[in-house]
Amino acid sequence: MANIDADAAFVEFDRVQKSYDGEVLVVKDLNLKISKGEFVTMLGPSGSGKTTCLMMLAGFETATHGDILLNGVSINNIPPHKRGIGMVFQSYALFPHMTVGENLSFPLEVRGMVKSEREEKVKRALDMVQMGDFLSRRPAQLSGGQQQRIALARSLVFEPQLVLMDEPLGALDKQLREQMQFEIKRISDDLGITVVYVTHDQTEALTMSDRVAVFEDGRIQQLAPPNDLYERPDNSFVAQFIGENNKLSGTIKSMDGDIVAVELANGKTMQALAVNVGAVGAKTLVSIRPERITVGSNDGPNATEAQVLELIYLGDHIRCRLNVHGDEEFVVKVPNSAGHQHLVVGETTNVSWDPRDARALDPL
Amino acid sequence: MADLTTNVAIDNHLTTADGKPLKAALAAAQARNKRRAFFLVLPLLAFILITFIVPIGQMLMRSIDSPGFILQTDVITKEETPLMVNLGLWFKDNPQGTEPDEAAYTALVSDLIALKKTRAQGQAGTRINYELAGSRSLFTSGARKAAKLKPPYKEAMIKLNKKWENPKLWQVMRSASSRYTGSFYLAAVDRTRDANGDIVRVEENRRVYVNLFVRTLRLSLLITFLTFILAYPVAHLLATLPMRKSNMLMILVLLPFWTSLLVRTTSWMILLQSQGVLNDAMVGLGLLDDANRIQLMYNEFGTVIAMTHILLPFMILPLYSVMRPINPSYVRAARSLGATSWTAFRRIYFPQTVPGIGAGALLVFILSVGYYITPALVGGADGTLISNLIAFHMLSSLNWSLAAALASLLLGGILILYWLYDRLVGIDNLKLG
Repeated sequence: MANIDADAAFVEFDRVQKSYDGEVLVVKDLNLKISKGEFVTMLGPSGSGKTTCLMMLAGFETATHGDILLNGVSINNIPPHKRGIGMVFQSYALFPHMTVGENLSFPLEVRGMVKSEREEKVKRALDMVQMGDFLSRRPAQLSGGQQQRIALARSLVFEPQLVLMDEPLGALDKQLREQMQFEIKRISDDLGITVVYVTHDQTEALTMSDRVAVFEDGRIQQLAPPNDLYERPDNSFVAQFIGENNKLSGTIKSMDGDIVAVELANGKTMQALAVNVGAVGAKTLVSIRPERITVGSNDGPNATEAQVLELIYLGDHIRCRLNVHGDEEFVVKVPNSAGHQHLVVGETTNVSWDPRDARALDPL
Repeated sequence: MADLTTNVAIDNHLTTADGKPLKAALAAAQARNKRRAFFLVLPLLAFILITFIVPIGQMLMRSIDSPGFILQTDVITKEETPLMVNLGLWFKDNPQGTEPDEAAYTALVSDLIALKKTRAQGQAGTRINYELAGSRSLFTSGARKAAKLKPPYKEAMIKLNKKWENPKLWQVMRSASSRYTGSFYLAAVDRTRDANGDIVRVEENRRVYVNLFVRTLRLSLLITFLTFILAYPVAHLLATLPMRKSNMLMILVLLPFWTSLLVRTTSWMILLQSQGVLNDAMVGLGLLDDANRIQLMYNEFGTVIAMTHILLPFMILPLYSVMRPINPSYVRAARSLGATSWTAFRRIYFPQTVPGIGAGALLVFILSVGYYITPALVGGADGTLISNLIAFHMLSSLNWSLAAALASLLLGGILILYWLYDRLVGIDNLKLG
């Protein structure tokens, strides 16, 4: 994992703002430091400003305010072709009138490289993505996955230090997408390049990244390694956006260190970990991951009754929709392991969870 | 797997479940749909046949088939009367180059008398007149006086009019006495046959058509080039602006399209004439002396300017239709790969617009080669094109055969260019929208 040190930052967004029309800020006060060799993903719903950030870094959009630094140098006034940043587009953007070989040799040609050197580098880049036999094909003769590999090879062939990827796997089917995720990760690790990756797919973000920046409404809501992001979300948006999540809203009744007592809408009280809450009396939203709930257990301070509303068989686990504390959308995942508890729709059982797995966050 | 191999091996003998050959079964299943599709296009097919194929065929025929000297067709009964029978027999018996003897003149006189009876002297004279000016009156007066002539006819005829002796006249009559002739094509390229039947160029002051063909070609290429230069940035703007703005601009492009061609041309006349808006403005600004107003119209300049404007949409629209779907990420990708904006344009954007350029250029070129109204109105003597001369022969000189020959040459030329374009660029690279 890369160490984040202000001086070692390879890419830095410094109080960057962006507006297209002078009325709405698409990016509001973005501060982000990425160190060399790091794989950082910008994750967020569409319209959250993540692609705009990428375009500003590539040089296709100018920042309305603030600085973007590359290797400590402001690149605000450097045109895109002098930034030396590789880029993979969602549409691949392979030049349709050129063969695969010509596509790859294009960035080397415009750099004035001699033919023999070009051919060698093109060959090496194609071998890297296992597409060595496709040199003389046209992009239209390739499948989506193959085009994706070529686009990746083209963005790497001129050996950039930084590669940007704008939802590069968005157009592929699920299986191919998973395969390419590994491939991209492997290549970026092998070459030691810095990657800034944009996606709206949380699985992709979690599996590939060193760190994930969750975007919402033009701001980074949380910047953290994948496990932190999932297990320790800072706020309700992140908790909701990453993975499945049960929400119970209530009011803070008392505080004891980092454990708070929350009074729920039905008058009952539960204990939760204070993560992002106000003072006593403030509203809060408690987030509990479905897999952290024990069914049939009566232990602990958070044990309560639950009525089974719906069961969905999913093979490796069974998804149960319960009524807990009056919330009818409360979901629990029961692993389909040997001797697991068999629930019946309509029965009443007990559920419980550790106070440290219930995170009291800001109210929505 | 084994089944598959057998199937491939007996591919030609596949049958349906009840033993019918598969191909026959398929054809039968599709026959009904094909019949219905055919009936749907039948009206269009008939329309094209009647209004396009047949007239073009007739035109092509007329350029070589000119029986005015040997056949008279009754307008009402369609009955055909042979003319100049005796002279035709004489031509058949005596080869090209034979000096016309007494027998020839005897045949001529008897034919002239026959002409008078059928009142066909004008028609026969006109046919000769096409190739030898001044022959029509020779025939009408000859037919009028022929009955009173006494042998020896050769002397009598020459006494009547010395032109009867002209070997060129005899050559023309010989060629006109066969029904099919290539002489209109010769005339269309400023060539004729001399008295000995050899192909020679016409006198210098009568060489019109080749020059006009060359001018038509030159101006059409120039206009095509100018429309390309003007249309490319406009089309690019239309293709890259947001939809709302580009629709507004598109209306401005199409507005002239919805205006009558005549109105557009006459407005150019108002602008360009020597007392027109442009000249007035320049005189008013002191750029020009009132006495030396520039001649902007009734020359090539006027034709080129007005036609470039009128044909501009034909270049913009195909270019636009090609540019619109070009994803902006191509140029972005090129830029991120290190290309300057000029290189990105030259190597990435421009090649992808070539199909549109081809379509637009072909469209504008073919339209301008056959353009008529605009050069007729603003062209004057220097700015007229070949189509104006075709119209002249259709409407004024009534030499339809020559008009047909000129038009056929034009059609042939365009087909050759089209073929060349296909060889060089490839017709499947054409994109009209």
